[in-house]
Amino acid sequence: MIEYSDLECPYCARASRLLDGLPLRRVFRHFPVVSKHPRARVLAAAAEAAGLQGRFWEMHDSLMADQGHLDDPHLWQRCQRLGLDVERFEADRRSEPVAERVQRDFRSGIRAGVATTPSLVVDGVVYPGVPGLSLLERLGRREP
Amino acid sequence: MIEAGAVAPDFCLPDQDGDEVSLQDLAGQTSVLVFYPLDFSPVCTDQLNVYQEVLPELEAKGARLYGISVDSSFSHKAFQAQMGISIPLLADFHPKGEVSKAYGVYIEDRGHDQRALVMIGPDLEVVWSHQSPSPLEIPGANLIFDALEQAAA
Repeated sequence: MIEYSDLECPYCARASRLLDGLPLRRVFRHFPVVSKHPRARVLAAAAEAAGLQGRFWEMHDSLMADQGHLDDPHLWQRCQRLGLDVERFEADRRSEPVAERVQRDFRSGIRAGVATTPSLVVDGVVYPGVPGLSLLERLGRREP
Repeated sequence: MIEAGAVAPDFCLPDQDGDEVSLQDLAGQTSVLVFYPLDFSPVCTDQLNVYQEVLPELEAKGARLYGISVDSSFSHKAFQAQMGISIPLLADFHPKGEVSKAYGVYIEDRGHDQRALVMIGPDLEVVWSHQSPSPLEIPGANLIFDALEQAAA
């Protein structure tokens, strides 16, 4: 399953929580919509920079768990909590390869027909919005 | 809905600032009319936000985008500001839905437009159109890019 997501989007955070723990391989692709979420691209780059230190999902989870603290000092605090090298993080998140990576994800979403966040792609079909119960069940959710 | 080959129906509608935009203003450029149901629909990231992200690329390919719904100019103004977009929004408000009806995208029993895209060539002929199977299915920007490529071929 591929998820197109925007790290500043509250609906994406909700979708992410619903997808947590499902027995499937999640492929995360950035779909930052800056006109709606001004920090979206900055956050996408931050998650990628954390990924270069092996902590992509940890940074993803940290951002999704608290979308109210997204300024640069908050990002540094998150880095410290995750044990990241902050100086390296600062250089990486502003680097060309990281920006290209984010843009490549975004472009692949546009090509796939993604028009809202979150959007899930399952077996080649795009499902826009927070996944509903029937889709979650298809993805392997068990009743609690 | 209106299809490729048809002469684009004439219109003159106020935008979000109350300034009139008419079909004649679109002569000599490739235009995409983006018909959508209503301002402030309850989705987080709107179709128009996504189009805004690729607007520089669309404009580089010579396309100009215009949103159209049955909302008023004042509603459009607030909606545009809330979404942080620069795409002009035209108000098909009075008589309600008249232009949308001429383009065959007005849903009579709901009182608003279907999600639909209409590409108008420089000679004011419809060169491509697309209607969403349902208002929930949002046409991706990929459709516009594909149509632009086809039109250029």
